[in-house]
Amino acid sequence: MENEKNHIIPYRTLLYILVLLITLTLTSVAITQIYLGTLTVMLALLIAAIKSSFVLRYFMHLKFENKMFSFAVIAVALLLAVVIIITFLDYLYR
Amino acid sequence: MNTPPEIHRDDLASKTGMWFFLFTEMLLFGGLFIVYSIYRFRNGEAFHQAAQELNVAIGTINTIILLISSTTIAMSITAIQKKDKRLALLLLCVTIFLGLAFLVNKYFEWGEHIKEHIYPGSAILALRGQGDVLFYGLYFFMTGLHALHIIIGLVFIAVITVKIYRDKINPENYILLENSGLYWHLVDLIWIFLFPLFYLIT
Amino acid sequence: MSTPKDISEPSYLDYKGRYKGIFSWIFSTDHKRIALLYLFSILSFFAIGATLGLLMKFELIAPGKTIMTAQTYNAFFTLHGIIMIFAVVIPGLPAVFGNFLLPIMIGAKDVAFPRINLLSWYLYVAGVSLVLISQFTGQGPPDTGWTFYAPYSFRTSGNMLPAVFGAFVLGFSSILTGLNFLVTIHRMRAPGMTWLKMPLFPWTLYATGWVQLLATPIIGITLLMIVAERTLHIGFFDPTLGGDPLLYQHLFWTYSHPAVYIMILPAMGAISEIITTFSHKTIFGYKFMVVSALAIAFVGYFVWGHHMFTSGMSGTALYTFSLLTFLVAIPSAIKVFNWISTMHQGSLDLQTPFYWAIAFIFVFMIGGFSGLILGSLAANVHLHNTHFVVAHFHFIVFGGTGFAFFGAMHYWYPKITGKMYDPRWANIGLVLFFIGFITLYGPMFYLGFKGMPRRYYDYDEVFHAGNIISTMGSWVLYSGLAIIIINLFASLKNGIKAPSDPWGGKTLEWTIPSPPPVENFNEIPVISKGPYDYK
Repeated sequence: MENEKNHIIPYRTLLYILVLLITLTLTSVAITQIYLGTLTVMLALLIAAIKSSFVLRYFMHLKFENKMFSFAVIAVALLLAVVIIITFLDYLYR
Repeated sequence: MNTPPEIHRDDLASKTGMWFFLFTEMLLFGGLFIVYSIYRFRNGEAFHQAAQELNVAIGTINTIILLISSTTIAMSITAIQKKDKRLALLLLCVTIFLGLAFLVNKYFEWGEHIKEHIYPGSAILALRGQGDVLFYGLYFFMTGLHALHIIIGLVFIAVITVKIYRDKINPENYILLENSGLYWHLVDLIWIFLFPLFYLIT
Repeated sequence: MSTPKDISEPSYLDYKGRYKGIFSWIFSTDHKRIALLYLFSILSFFAIGATLGLLMKFELIAPGKTIMTAQTYNAFFTLHGIIMIFAVVIPGLPAVFGNFLLPIMIGAKDVAFPRINLLSWYLYVAGVSLVLISQFTGQGPPDTGWTFYAPYSFRTSGNMLPAVFGAFVLGFSSILTGLNFLVTIHRMRAPGMTWLKMPLFPWTLYATGWVQLLATPIIGITLLMIVAERTLHIGFFDPTLGGDPLLYQHLFWTYSHPAVYIMILPAMGAISEIITTFSHKTIFGYKFMVVSALAIAFVGYFVWGHHMFTSGMSGTALYTFSLLTFLVAIPSAIKVFNWISTMHQGSLDLQTPFYWAIAFIFVFMIGGFSGLILGSLAANVHLHNTHFVVAHFHFIVFGGTGFAFFGAMHYWYPKITGKMYDPRWANIGLVLFFIGFITLYGPMFYLGFKGMPRRYYDYDEVFHAGNIISTMGSWVLYSGLAIIIINLFASLKNGIKAPSDPWGGKTLEWTIPSPPPVENFNEIPVISKGPYDYK
């Protein structure tokens, strides 16, 4: 059946998001030039996660879709995270 | 443009199918992130050192290239919805151009390493130590697989562009454009994570 | 609802479309024809795999060399495993019965993406072809076992690349089937068929679809890494380059354990359908059956380490995986309890499919209990890599998926072919098969417990008697199998015409003609009741 809403994202919004994403990218490059130990990687990944959420919510339209899509994306990411954590139960304690 | 009489079309099913396919891609690269995380844990210092040999400038430029290309393809959907066919075509051409630019950068980046005899299986790399072998193995494999997906994505987008030109994709029927956009954004998402993990862990 | 007497439309078997002859089959996007394409391919490859098994058992009838060298034996058990796992039991029930029945049982005319459905079958054929090609090219067939463990899989001179790549292609086929079924169930249920009015076979296909979608890519990437090891010496699993062979095992089993749930969940769904119909009573605990199917799929992701208890994992990993393995048994137990409760005080109709279902419960429980034994850490140290494991997985996979497959074959045979099978020969075949099955695999528990290793073509004289019994069991099993298959083929010609509803079933497939017309329903039904409305 047809698209129920046909929601249109304005060009302006998309360009604002782009500026935000580029800013975050440059921020992550700057931050990682400073030595912060293990925190460096954490911060870089955190910024990557924030960038991803903007791409997912605006570019990939998740903000305007049925919530089940967002739920599924989060569930898949969590699944991967849990698999990594369980694998680390081996490598951390050998 | 002729619309054939009442052909049952389920755009939501199409979109759902594409999202499900994206989940498989997330898990496919996910397997490599598992490998990366384990070997980084076991060879932290070596990974840290090897990362410094990567060119952060090119990496950042490539990141921004992909971000812009995601924007342009998202904008092309808005254009189609607003019945602006010319703008849509222009934006898609820009997207393709940016994707190709990414690949060209990658080609030169890889070329640099290969000139130094840094590539999977090289004896010189093996001499540098196990951490370096794993770092560069992961680097080539993951960016290589990513580049393959860029190529696939560019082929999709090219096909879509032709279809828009021929009005097969139009304001009443643009689910294929949306789905290509989703695929392209996924390629962007993967790079958003690859970039810090290889270039910024210095 | 379309009336059973609507014979004006040709059945899907008689339908004349764009293509003629064989092309009307191999270019068809009709889910029913694709199901039969899969059935034909799967039975053919099963025959190859079963013959390999028969020959392996013959080799093992006596210690030392009987009919083949050790290297040949290694190649045989490798191919036997690859074919049975990737080409028979993983596609098995979903590709054949899922394809045929899912749209009908939810009141749809086809699956969501019919052309992708046909592509899945093409990929399946391509994948198996690659695997078979690996036998005849290169420097000798693969000899690593179907598990392709590193580092041997990248050091052996056996012809790994086509086999590994074939498995990759087969994985892609599985992913597309799962994706198709998931979207079909989400979007194409008939009006009024809410989630909790959907029958249990579609529910298990739904749970299975998620496993196919989310687990298969992991083995996909792992196989690609093996290719990279063999061709580029990339070092991920090579200890001389810093890699960890154990990481290969983690990645491999992260898929291959959920894969066994791809094998068993649709089987359980089919058993639920059969037991309900032949008990003439609604399923006991419908909601628990739904939740347990989803729970099996979910928890099944997190138990993979129980294949690696003796590999050198940390203690923490050991007891975490053991605990999770015990947990995943619980939803399976709930299903068994509910099947029995359904039969209790039901009006039992003793037909061939029902006998298969009862036999399934018996062998599945033996397989399941032996799984709990293997899941216990201390016992596993003794039993890992012995014939106890071989017995366990044959009871639960061959016994589970296999018995359910044959039960489903007989249950849905009238619907698919429009004929009734000969019940006498069907039951004779079943009895022979069952006796052969127990005789073949039962002794392996004892042999394994006593220490006989698996994947060895030779053994100590002390294991001789058990092996003789087991091999003779393989002959009885094979004969039973032959009778079953021949009967099903013969009944195509000689069977009496089947009505729409020979069994008194209540799900939607029994409301349309046998065999069904191309578009299944004249009018999409409107659903107002639950799926098993017996009273």
